[in-house]
Amino acid sequence: MKKLTLQDLRDLRERKKAEIARRDTSGKTGEVIIGMGTCGIAAGARAAFDAFVEELDKGGLTHVVVKQTGCMGLCYSEPTVEVRMPGMPATVYGTVTADVARKIVNEHILAGRLVGDHVFDKPAADIAPTLARGAK
Amino acid sequence: MAYKHFILVCGGTACESCKSGALHDNLVTAVRQNGLEGSVQVVKTGCFGFCEQGSVVKVLPEEAFYVRVKPEDAAEIVAEHLVKGRPVDRLLYKVGAGKLSSIDDIPFYQKQFRIVLRNCGLIDPENIEEYIAREGYAALEKVLFTMKPDDVIEELRKSGLRGRGGAGFPTWRKWVFSKDVKADQKYIICNADEGDPGAYMDRSTLEGDPHSILEAMTIAGYTTGATQGYIYIRAEYPLAIKRLEIAIGQARAAGLLGENILGSGFSFDLELRLGAGAFVCGEETALIASIEGKRGMPIPRPPFPAVRGLWGKPTIINNVETFANIPVILLKGGDWFGSIGTATSKGTKVFALTGKINNSGLIEVPMGTTLREIIFDIGGGIKDGKKFKAAQTGGPSGGVIPEQFLDTPIDYESLGALGSIMGSGGLIVMDQDDCMVDVNKFYLEFTVDESCGKCAPCRVGGRTMYNLLVGISEGRGSVADIDQLRTVAHAMNKASLCGLGQTAPNPVMSALKYFGDEYRVHIKDHKCPAGKCKALVTYSILAEKCIGCTLCARRCPVNCISGARRQTHVIDLSRCIKCGECYDACKFEAVQRG
Repeated sequence: MKKLTLQDLRDLRERKKAEIARRDTSGKTGEVIIGMGTCGIAAGARAAFDAFVEELDKGGLTHVVVKQTGCMGLCYSEPTVEVRMPGMPATVYGTVTADVARKIVNEHILAGRLVGDHVFDKPAADIAPTLARGAK
Repeated sequence: MAYKHFILVCGGTACESCKSGALHDNLVTAVRQNGLEGSVQVVKTGCFGFCEQGSVVKVLPEEAFYVRVKPEDAAEIVAEHLVKGRPVDRLLYKVGAGKLSSIDDIPFYQKQFRIVLRNCGLIDPENIEEYIAREGYAALEKVLFTMKPDDVIEELRKSGLRGRGGAGFPTWRKWVFSKDVKADQKYIICNADEGDPGAYMDRSTLEGDPHSILEAMTIAGYTTGATQGYIYIRAEYPLAIKRLEIAIGQARAAGLLGENILGSGFSFDLELRLGAGAFVCGEETALIASIEGKRGMPIPRPPFPAVRGLWGKPTIINNVETFANIPVILLKGGDWFGSIGTATSKGTKVFALTGKINNSGLIEVPMGTTLREIIFDIGGGIKDGKKFKAAQTGGPSGGVIPEQFLDTPIDYESLGALGSIMGSGGLIVMDQDDCMVDVNKFYLEFTVDESCGKCAPCRVGGRTMYNLLVGISEGRGSVADIDQLRTVAHAMNKASLCGLGQTAPNPVMSALKYFGDEYRVHIKDHKCPAGKCKALVTYSILAEKCIGCTLCARRCPVNCISGARRQTHVIDLSRCIKCGECYDACKFEAVQRG
């Protein structure tokens, strides 16, 4: 390693920060949980996972943690993804391709809107009207 | 591409002894075999603090917390968890009735608040870049470019930080003493001579986050005008030494130690000094003598080292934990730190929990947390459902604290009022099977062994007290012994040259105060209620209760119990070693201890 100047030190810190931040789960307010059972992986959950990580990184959304879990049991709508954000209902999305994943980041996580076409389970009663208006 | 998963493997000494090194290597291999090296990073970290359950592995971001992991489990973790996304159930830490838990759900971590251990278990201690990413060297940067020495001292004053080595002297005041002395050379010393039996806070901090100490010592140098530092560490801590050496090498290469740090014009460098593991060298003047190449013995103070220390020059000596707090205080501000803790004791304290406790390990709690919270909530209570008897803080220099004071909020003053001390953070828990006379004897034997012998109160007084305790534990005690213990203890406390002798009587004094009856039973009735003082114990089998199950005979390590199946058993007292195995084994209360 060469000797650092003040600016080098700051740059290095910024560069490494995002990587370390993903290890620290305290202060995380959002969660994306991807079903990665055999069925999920076969249906393309890895591509969705990559898309989530990249899109979140791109937007600098360090408060959202991406986790993987096993099969959620909705094998016919794989890949399935559960998104939990504060102030939003915990929502399960089905058939999440890489494109849909990017859409979820931009709409659900950033704008606070559900991505209508892919919501799988029934959202709670109080938000159902919003969904109906926002989607079809 | 960015990593998607992180496997953190504990590389502390406790887990290393559970083969976490081989486990780490196997995980790396398994990750490579599955073609995941681009998306999974395997990191060896410092101590997680959950030493009871080593080796400990954490997989992020799922927060899956694996315990008691063996090297051969590596392939399964990678194949199941990382490839298929199914956490390995059998290795997950479980609470109560088999409920799976992520790290936030584990009671062990819930009441903790980590400042000193902020990076332990999170970063790779052998990689300076990871430390830098966690605001590492940001405090140094702030101090060198935006603060004057007086500003640093003002922040420390506001923070209320007190020395974590045990005595609790305000850190800012020590620094002012040194700063205000004019001298051609000054020194900074980090006291890493951790010597209490059962204490390993400093070792874990150095193993898990060595750069935080380097950064804090450099700040101390800037503040007081010192350009040279020494870390005095015992040679018995090879892993901590190795990581410090790596850290110092990396910091030098990066220009964070050495000439003209970050172009600021300030220069500071560090060296390690290895101690031979003498307890007395934790005392600051003895430590200085040892660095100077002399025999480790204390000298009278004042002058204090801050004014006249190493080679006669002003020297700041702070403990590892004190230093570890400093970068955080300077980054977040003294007021922030001062808002944590009690009126007189600010911030957090790291404790090494050991003894008869379910979750032995390393914990950090805000000052003012009660012993009950530490022992029962974080520590998980007493092993095997037994009854709590006492907790000893401060190692061989501290006192025992009985059950009625468990709700005392811990700080320097409250522990002092109970006849104990904060000490460096060893916390030893005793249960109903521990005998106070026996425990006191153990600690006195340690301090007698470790006394340097320079002053008579400690050299002669310690031996006298020890001999009295041996007499009591062997049934030769008299009531007058208790008075003599008190007299000698008083003399040692008042007249010893250093803290070793002054505090050595503390365990006995507090035991006489809270467990005086137990001493009297030993002296008058020649009995040891806990069954530890072997000379006072005999075991026998009650014929009317013994059903002849043979369990005790099978357990007896010296085969001195005879008797056929369904017939009364008999102990051959001439061969009995009084280990108590039969007493613990018997399900029918037939084995009597008297």
